[in-house]
Amino acid sequence: MQLEKFYYDNKIVKWFGYATLFWGVIGMIAGLWAAIQIYAPSTSLNFAPTTFGRLRPVHTNAVIFAFVGNSIFTGVYYSLQRLCKSRMFSDKLSALHFWGWQGIIVAAALTLLLGYTTGKEYAELEWPIDIAITLVWVVFGINMFGTIIKRREKHLYVAIWFYIATWVTVAMLHIVNSFELPVSFMKSYSWYAGVQDALVQWWYGHNAVAFFLTTPILGLMYYFLPKAANRPVYSYRLSIIHFWALIFIYIWAGPHHLLYTALPDWAQSLGVVFSIMLIAPSWGGMLNGLFTLRGAWDKVREEPVLKFFVVAVTCYGMATFEGPMMSLKSVNAISHFSDWTIAHVHIGGLGWNGFMAFGMIYYLIPKMFGTQLYSKKLANNHFWIGTIGIIVYAVPLYWAGFAQAQMWKTFTEEGQLKFQFLETVTHIIPMYVTRSIGGALYLSGAILMAYNIYKTVKQGKFIPNEAAEAAPIAKEHSPKKEYWHRWIERKPMTMLVMSLIVVAIGGALEIIPTFLVKSNVPTISSVKPYTPLELQGRDIYIREGCYTCHSQMIRPFRDEVARYGEYSKAGEFVYDHPFQWGSKRTGPDLAREGGKYPDSWHYNHMLDPRIMSPGSIMPAYPWLLDNKIDTASTGAKIRAMQKMGVPYPEGFDQEANRALMLQATDIKLSLKADKIETASNAEIVALIAYLQRLGKDIKAQPKK
Amino acid sequence: MSVIIILIIASVSIAAFFLAAFCWSVKDKQYDDEFSPPLRILFDDKPASDKESDKQ
Repeated sequence: MQLEKFYYDNKIVKWFGYATLFWGVIGMIAGLWAAIQIYAPSTSLNFAPTTFGRLRPVHTNAVIFAFVGNSIFTGVYYSLQRLCKSRMFSDKLSALHFWGWQGIIVAAALTLLLGYTTGKEYAELEWPIDIAITLVWVVFGINMFGTIIKRREKHLYVAIWFYIATWVTVAMLHIVNSFELPVSFMKSYSWYAGVQDALVQWWYGHNAVAFFLTTPILGLMYYFLPKAANRPVYSYRLSIIHFWALIFIYIWAGPHHLLYTALPDWAQSLGVVFSIMLIAPSWGGMLNGLFTLRGAWDKVREEPVLKFFVVAVTCYGMATFEGPMMSLKSVNAISHFSDWTIAHVHIGGLGWNGFMAFGMIYYLIPKMFGTQLYSKKLANNHFWIGTIGIIVYAVPLYWAGFAQAQMWKTFTEEGQLKFQFLETVTHIIPMYVTRSIGGALYLSGAILMAYNIYKTVKQGKFIPNEAAEAAPIAKEHSPKKEYWHRWIERKPMTMLVMSLIVVAIGGALEIIPTFLVKSNVPTISSVKPYTPLELQGRDIYIREGCYTCHSQMIRPFRDEVARYGEYSKAGEFVYDHPFQWGSKRTGPDLAREGGKYPDSWHYNHMLDPRIMSPGSIMPAYPWLLDNKIDTASTGAKIRAMQKMGVPYPEGFDQEANRALMLQATDIKLSLKADKIETASNAEIVALIAYLQRLGKDIKAQPKK
Repeated sequence: MSVIIILIIASVSIAAFFLAAFCWSVKDKQYDDEFSPPLRILFDDKPASDKESDKQ
């Protein structure tokens, strides 16, 4: 058997590694800024692009897709080549993948700051960028599967299955959740509406966690942890079993984001059950990782890389226990919309994703530069600062979450709500301050790392192409067997197809019934489409990211009905493209905001929230008073809605602006009555129209 | 409620595919050896002629 000599491509790994660190710091800065704005709203600089509502998606997209995304590619490009004993399929595709991905990130940052957003969490990027993501993902897929097909190692190590399942499922998730109808170059509406949109969104959202933040990282863990410890994986059989269990069960967990909402009950229960079942395969991964270090704990004491991995895997275990617990309806009744959810997310994000990325890069850079890490001491410092940062981040938010949930639900002896919403916000400001200290610590650790890596690079000599030798896969000799040999080469494709089918089951079984069985979404005859002015106002609400602090979903709890009004029904949202139920109540729920306050209240509140609510932490939106409604887009928006089944009358798009101006003039007059002068085509007028419509349709009309 | 027919057909055929995939990968001997893969990944594939010192 003739050994073939070839070279591993380290250049692409280096590029992705640098990108990981760069975007990591940027994403963390965005997060820290957003966290500071919560208790110091003036730090929005009164500048639309840097208000919380716009900055939050910049932070989430940067840390998920830019930081973790690039860390995934760093690790996959390094490990896949070595596991397959083959260089990447195409250097050109590697470069295309790298630059394409970075280009998408830059486009994302710019467009999100400018307010071009779909209003769907972790899927905010508008349709041209969605297309770019699909293309770059396909490039990645061709490169990855090409490498697997031309591999010299017949056996597919477990990490490779995780990479395959990741690629397949992310492709499916992205495409299905990105069904949107473009209205203009950077504006589209979700094809789905209301409850359907909520289900697709959180099927996507939870599976972004599963297949972008978990499975690829588990793959990386299965490679880098054994390599760094120089110990074999504890149980290979366990890795096979928990892989298949994980990818099958995870898809069904999406509804746990929608408990006690207007989603049909059976879909909620399905989500709960599968979320609980998920503990087993998740902990299979954690235990496998930790037990691999049996007999190597003395090495953990010495090596920062292993310290990062241990905390990462432990945080993974904690988060994958906490998550299922939060999926229990009784627990979720308390946790949903509170800061507990944020704490949970960051245990996973900072602990699992962040620390795995750090450990991996501390391992890789010295290796690729033929040197030792510049300073083990600094890396140890980073480890401790980062770990303490995670704790100082999460613990205050647990406290805040419990406190606010309790306060929201407290009644006086006379049966009144004890606390105004604003009181519950003011009460937890100290926790918000502490949280941002935790985040700042974590960021400092990352900056320390950037310095350490920089010095390591400077003292080393980069090995752009690492020489290697391996025998090609032996060919079968008899003619009949040669045909079967072709089947062996196609194994990874079968794995691909199987993974796709397996994960599609869960999605299909939850989504299809909600669409096809009309009884799942009862229509309410009094619910009517938004008027053109209200539609424009809704798009402003989406643009400014109001949903990042305000929910629009009243749950059937006594305290919520007392505070906000009648609980939300599925039929109220049938024309909502996209849905805007929200995930967090930094501010109060707005589902029945319509008619609660006069128009002038909303005008003053947007000008500066503290005029109407002293002590409010909401940013000011003075530009809404000066900006003019983009009436040129009204016709196209109405036509798009009609295409998606919203029952505007035929030809209404021609008269839409006329209706818009009539309604706007009414609002202008009502503001004038309260001594407020405004142009009737100011954006604030549209936003007021939208807010005043919320939740009104189902209220009984008084008999005349 | 007739959509349940579609669901049953879909889930049964997909379950069958899953079973087939598993049987097929067993037949392909992917899971025959559970001992060497974890150890195999720990070795580098440095060419024998290379005299580069190994980093531990």
